[in-house]
Amino acid sequence: MTAPAIELKGISKAFGPVQANKDISIRVMPGTIHGIIGENGAGKSTLMSILYGFYKADAGEVFISGNKTEIPDSQAAIAAGIGMVFQHFKLVENFTVLENIILGAEDGGLLKPSLSKARKTLLELEKEYDLKVDPDAVIEEIGVGMQQRVEILKALYRQANILILDEPTGVLTPAEADQLFRILGRLKEEGKTIILITHKLREIMEITDTVSVMRRGEMTATVKTAETSPEELAELMVGRKVLLRVDKAPATPGDVVLDVKNLKVVDEQGVERLRGIDLQVRAGEILGIAGVAGNGQSELLEVLGGYATGSGTITLNGAPIDLTGKNSDGRSRRARGIAHVPEDRQREGLIMDFAAWENTAFGYHRDAAYTSGLLSNNAAIKADTADKMERFDVRPPHPHLAAKNFSGGNQQKIVLAREIERNPDLLLIGQPTRGVDIGAIEFIHQQIVALRDQGKAILLVSVELEEILGLADRVAVMFDGQIMGERLTADTNEKELGLLMAGITDTDAPHTMAEIEANLAHAHGDASKEV
Amino acid sequence: MDILALFDLSVLDSTVRLATPLLLACLAGLFSERAGIFDIGLEGKMLFAAFFSAAIAALVTINAENAEQVAQAVADAVANNDQATAQSAAEGCSGTCRFFAGVSGWLPAVWIGVLAGVSASLFLSLVHGLASITFRGNQLISGVAINFLAAGMTVLIAQDWFQQGGRTPSLIGGGRFEPITLPFAETLSGVPFIGPIYAELISGHSILVYVALLAVPGTWWLLFRTRFGLRLRAVGENPAAVDTAGVSVVGLRFVAVGICGVLCGIAGAYLATGLQAGFVKDMTAGRGFIALAALIFAKWRPWHALWATLLFGYLQAIALRPDIIEGALGFKVQVQLLDALPYILTVVILAGFVGKAIPPRAGGEPYVKER
Repeated sequence: MTAPAIELKGISKAFGPVQANKDISIRVMPGTIHGIIGENGAGKSTLMSILYGFYKADAGEVFISGNKTEIPDSQAAIAAGIGMVFQHFKLVENFTVLENIILGAEDGGLLKPSLSKARKTLLELEKEYDLKVDPDAVIEEIGVGMQQRVEILKALYRQANILILDEPTGVLTPAEADQLFRILGRLKEEGKTIILITHKLREIMEITDTVSVMRRGEMTATVKTAETSPEELAELMVGRKVLLRVDKAPATPGDVVLDVKNLKVVDEQGVERLRGIDLQVRAGEILGIAGVAGNGQSELLEVLGGYATGSGTITLNGAPIDLTGKNSDGRSRRARGIAHVPEDRQREGLIMDFAAWENTAFGYHRDAAYTSGLLSNNAAIKADTADKMERFDVRPPHPHLAAKNFSGGNQQKIVLAREIERNPDLLLIGQPTRGVDIGAIEFIHQQIVALRDQGKAILLVSVELEEILGLADRVAVMFDGQIMGERLTADTNEKELGLLMAGITDTDAPHTMAEIEANLAHAHGDASKEV
Repeated sequence: MDILALFDLSVLDSTVRLATPLLLACLAGLFSERAGIFDIGLEGKMLFAAFFSAAIAALVTINAENAEQVAQAVADAVANNDQATAQSAAEGCSGTCRFFAGVSGWLPAVWIGVLAGVSASLFLSLVHGLASITFRGNQLISGVAINFLAAGMTVLIAQDWFQQGGRTPSLIGGGRFEPITLPFAETLSGVPFIGPIYAELISGHSILVYVALLAVPGTWWLLFRTRFGLRLRAVGENPAAVDTAGVSVVGLRFVAVGICGVLCGIAGAYLATGLQAGFVKDMTAGRGFIALAALIFAKWRPWHALWATLLFGYLQAIALRPDIIEGALGFKVQVQLLDALPYILTVVILAGFVGKAIPPRAGGEPYVKER
């Protein structure tokens, strides 16, 4: 019997009192794709960081191809044939593809020979694995899909036999993700071993051979993918039965609540971020805005939420809303009945160093219930916070704890409780479940649907297509600051929306990957100019 | 009106001399900031180096002279067979005097001064590195602290060592750099146009001026043609990329900060032993900050740094010649206004009036490994 490509025995790692990894053992056979799935904070990334030499395990042993190996730093991991593709790419933005590939793996002190050697090797790798990149392109000017291929090539250039990918599809469109999976399949055929870390059950089912499930720092099960189901995996991850589909009745849309006409936003550099947006949201429906991150969704939320300016007309319940001037700020928006759960909860939704009760009052701190004369009525706010925490199942239910000490899901519940409980006419909600555990996702989705069923209008922005398809009644797809098309959720599918996300409106005709890539690179290029 | 007089050879000549400390400090900052360590302590490091180079060069010359006189006195006494006088005369040079006199045998005093200045600047660089790389402190605060430390310590030590009101004795003879006459300068000076330019503008500077000018292509080559340069630039843009590639972020940054210290040291030494003859209180006069402005103006590129510092050098040079300005413009300009010009330009540049200058992306941020 062949030795496993990687074998971990009894790995433990604690950060202070938190046990991130508890006695973890795992065997990954060569030439297979092994999935590791678990909720945020389950310890997946810690485990892989130990394998890549970022952390030193408190206990346990690592065997590579049957040989006990010490991995004190990344250099040792690379030498042992391990390559890692991080969730956030580790690329130098203003370097070329070639420069990024040789960084740290140069031959000799001068660059020229290294670069020409890398150019040759790159051509060979490109042929062998069908990994197309332009060696002279500058990273900030190419799309995310190609950037990811550069990361994979970096690992292959260092002769990695074991490739670890951490949440690789988070930034990709469905078409790009499919292409990545084809590449991974090809790598597997060539005998490479692949570890795929993800929280997306669909990906696990689609391409892995075996899957290990982690929960709270422990490895709860390792099973053959063919012999399991998404439901079983979800239960193993969360520790209880989870409803994967959003349970909701068909929408019964009422009057138009939000009416946006020809909305334009120009950023500080003079780049048009929104190029004439028209949309309507009715009472009792959820409009989902799909799209690859950076195509104008954030700007749309910012203008509607009252912290960016634009031009065009917006009416709420038939009355116009000011886009500039003193009545265009967030406070005026709230007064008009617009609540906002921002995309980036840690920067826009909460003040991380402030206590939960203080965060609960933000934006509504002038409310009569929260004040007594000129002073704020802290006792009332705290009591209200404790009450909200109980109803929204925030754990731990301590109003005095700073926001940063809650998990992502519980932070989101704090924001959600604050905004929903104000009984708004319109709820703006961006990336509601980004970095949120499966268990909490279920709860948050239920709250959003409940609000819809009370006859509220909801504008949902998410880069997770699955979430949009599950939650929204109608979908509008944004690309390059424009709406490419609107569909009823019931009448569309991932493939069609994926093409719209790539800026292709003619969704019935066949399209090549190259065409999609070219379109996306254009949009990504625009997005990257922003920084 | 005589506009051409604004570009008189004597003005251009002093432009080169005045630009030299700026250029060296600017390149020093370039190495540090390209590696992601902001350094507003250039000023303090230059000042420290200026003081220690002048002080050590002065001590070496003074003690060497003293030792010579003592040796003469001893020899005279021995010749007179007066043992007692010889003994007491010999006591005139002992301990530190002997040490410095001894050192003066190895190297000219001025070079010992340069070494001392570079070491002093390097020491401050390592303090900055320790604070901002090892302990991940705030780079601006560390830089400010270094500037204050240098401003105070130099005057304090100078007063203790020399009792001349916080300055060093004027450097004479081997204590300072003499101009170098390049080959054929005499012969060529007769050739029209090219001759005077070669003889007066290019030839006749101290060696550190040529060192600074050669540092420009040197820096360019190092940054853009070598493995070290690739890694250095990468660590200033995205240290995580360097770290995951298995290269030490801390190591690279310390090397960069070290190079910054050496170049700042040479800049300071040039101020005290080349441009002037000795150290006076606050003699850098904001040159470290002007160099920072030039660095931004140059958008962190070596050749542009040369042009930017020459521009500042020119402004400083022209301020010394109000007569030429008056001749060129036809009216008298306040000397104070002329003196202020380089600083006004600094403010204009730092306020971002010269177009968008994008600093290295990881600049100013301590590197912390993320999970």
